[in-house]
Amino acid sequence: MVLVMGFEGSANKLGIGIVGDDGTIISNIRHTYITPPGEGFLPKDTAKHHRSHIIALVQRALKESNLSYKDIDCLAYTKGPGMGPPLRSVAVTVRMLSQLWNKPIVAVNHCIAHIEMGRLITGAQDPTVLYVSGGNTQVISYSLNKYRIFGETIDIAVGNCLDRFARVIQIPNDPSPGYNIEQLARKGKNLVELPYLTKGMDVSFSGILSSIELLAKDKEKMKQYTVEDLCYSLQETLFSMLVETAERAMAHCGQKEILAVGGVGCNERLQQMINQMVSQRDGKSFAIDERYCIDNGAMIAWAGYLMYKDGVTTPLDETTTTQRFRTDQVEVTWRD
Amino acid sequence: MTTLATTNNNEIKSIENITSLPNSVLLSQGAEAKTYKIDLYGIKCIVKERFVKAYRHPTLDQKISGKRILQEVRSLNKCKKNGIDVPALLLVDVPSNRIYMEYIDGITVKQYLYNCFDQSKETSTTTTQTQTEAHQQQIDICAEIGKQIARIHDLNIVHGDLTTSNMLLRNNSKSNIVFIDFGLSYTSTMTEDKAVDMYVLERAFISTHPNSELLFKEILDSYQKNSPSPKVAKAILDKLDQVRLRGRKKLAFG
Ligand SMILES: Nc1ncnc2c1ncn2[C@@H]1O[C@H](COP(=O)(O)OP(=O)(O)O)[C@@H](O)[C@H]1O
Ligand SMILES: [Mg+2]
Repeated sequence: MVLVMGFEGSANKLGIGIVGDDGTIISNIRHTYITPPGEGFLPKDTAKHHRSHIIALVQRALKESNLSYKDIDCLAYTKGPGMGPPLRSVAVTVRMLSQLWNKPIVAVNHCIAHIEMGRLITGAQDPTVLYVSGGNTQVISYSLNKYRIFGETIDIAVGNCLDRFARVIQIPNDPSPGYNIEQLARKGKNLVELPYLTKGMDVSFSGILSSIELLAKDKEKMKQYTVEDLCYSLQETLFSMLVETAERAMAHCGQKEILAVGGVGCNERLQQMINQMVSQRDGKSFAIDERYCIDNGAMIAWAGYLMYKDGVTTPLDETTTTQRFRTDQVEVTWRD
Repeated sequence: MTTLATTNNNEIKSIENITSLPNSVLLSQGAEAKTYKIDLYGIKCIVKERFVKAYRHPTLDQKISGKRILQEVRSLNKCKKNGIDVPALLLVDVPSNRIYMEYIDGITVKQYLYNCFDQSKETSTTTTQTQTEAHQQQIDICAEIGKQIARIHDLNIVHGDLTTSNMLLRNNSKSNIVFIDFGLSYTSTMTEDKAVDMYVLERAFISTHPNSELLFKEILDSYQKNSPSPKVAKAILDKLDQVRLRGRKKLAFG
C-alpha cells in the first residue's frame, strides 16, 4: 500500500496525518495554538508554536501507527493559502525530512485538500461545496477540470467574523471561539436585526461585524439583549446568507448534493440549516465532524496522494509556500 | 380583471391570497422560489412563489422575501417601460408571496450555449459547416447579451444575479433575449455596482461554459460598443478590471 504523510500548518492548527492509497486514515493528530481570551493568533508566535511541536508530532504519528519512516512513500505539505511564517516553518521541516529520509514531496492547495477530504469521508460524488473557515468563505463547484469558485465573501471570512466577535465579548478561544459562540447561541432567544448582504452568489460580512460590535458595546441598548441573543442573531444571519448562496449555486449547476467543509462546517446549527434547505429541494447534504472538518494532516496527505498517483511530485527547489493560492488555480487531474 | 378563479357555486374569490393554483405544473425550484406554469383563461402564465424557507428565522425570512418581491416587480416594470424584453407582469399577490407573469416560450441561454457547443464538437456526423455555424451562433448570442445588459445598466438597474440561467430566448431565437429573475436587483448609478454585476456574470459564465474566455470577451466588447452611454460603459469595464484583481489578491488562509 502506498502511504502518504501529510503536514498542515497554514493557521493555528498543526496537523500530521498518514493516509493509505485506499483512503484509510492511519493517523491524524493535531496540536492547536490557543491564545488567551480577547487575543487572536499572531503569525510569528504561531510559527514558533509549529516549530516547537512538529518533530514530536511526526514521531508520535509514526509510533501510534506502528510504522517506520521507511514505510512512507511520499510527503505532502500545505503550500498555501495561509499565513506566511507558519506555512514556511512547516515547509522547512518537510524539506529536511525529505532529504533525511529520501522521500519525494508533493505541494498541496489547502482548500482542495478540504474538499477532497470531505468527498473521501462522506462519499459525496459531485457536491456543491460550502467552504467555510477562519480564512475562507467560498461556494465551489467542480466543472471542466477545475474547482470553480461560484461565490465568495467580498470582505472577511465567516470564521474570522465569528472569531473577532468572540474577542469583543471576551469569550475563551478554547477549543475554538466559534465553538463557544455556538454554545451561547443555543441559549439566545431574541433576533437582533443585522445587515443582510448578498450579491448574486457573493456575500459580505464586515457590515454585520461592525454593527454587532457597536451594539455589544452600547450599555444602554444591551439592557434589552443578552450576549446569548447576540451570538444567536449573529449565527442566524451569517448562516442564512451562506445557505442561501450555496442553494443558488446548487440550483444554477443542477447539483443535488451539498458538502460543508472547513472549521465552521462543523457548526451544528449551520449543518441543521443546510439539512433544512436540502429537505425542501429534495437534495442531500453531507457533513463531517471536527476531526476532518478542522484543518488536519490527513486531508493534506489524501490530496497529496491524489496528485502523487497521477505522477505529480514537487522538486525540492519548488517546495515554496504562498499566502495566496486560489482554489481555481489547481488543475484537477484526478476527476472527470 | 377582478376575479381570477370562481368555484363551482360561483363564490367569488379575492385576488389576494389565492391559495390554490389550478392545473399548475412545477417548472423549477431555484434558490428561493418555486416557479409554476399555469393556465389562466387560456393564457399560459408563470407563477413565481417565494415559499417560506425552513432554515431561515421567520422574521428574517419575511423581511427578505417581501423586499425581493418588491424589487423584482419594480425592475420588471421599469425594464418593460423602457423597451427591454422582460416577462409582462400580470399580478402581484403579496400575502402569498406570488408574482404572476407572462410565460416565455423558449429555452435558457445556458441551454442554447450547451446545444451550440455539442454541435461544434467534432463527431463523425458533424460537418465543418455546422461547426462554423454553431460557433457563429455562440458569438452572436454573446454580442446580444452584452448589448442588452448595457441597456439595463443604462437604466441604473443592477440585476444582481446575472447568469445564463436567468436569460430566456423568446421562441428559441437568439436575437430575443428575455431577462428574468430580478429578485436581487436594485437601483444604482454607481460604476462599482455595475462592474460587480458584470463580475458575477463573468464567474458564473466561465465556470459553466467551455471555451468561455473568448465568448465572454465578446459580451464585454458588445457591452461597450452598444451601450447608450459608451463612456460610462468604458468606465464600468475599467472598474471590472479592478474588481477582478480584488478577488485574486484577497488574502485567504485556514
Ligand atoms: N416568465 C417565464 N417564462 C418561462 N419560464 C420561466 C419564466 N420565469 C421563470 N421561468 C423558468 O423558471 C426558472 C426559475 O425562475 P427564476 O425567476 O430564475 O427563479 P429563481 O430565483 O428560482 O432562479 C427559470 O430558469 C426558467 O426556466
Ligand atoms: Mg433564476
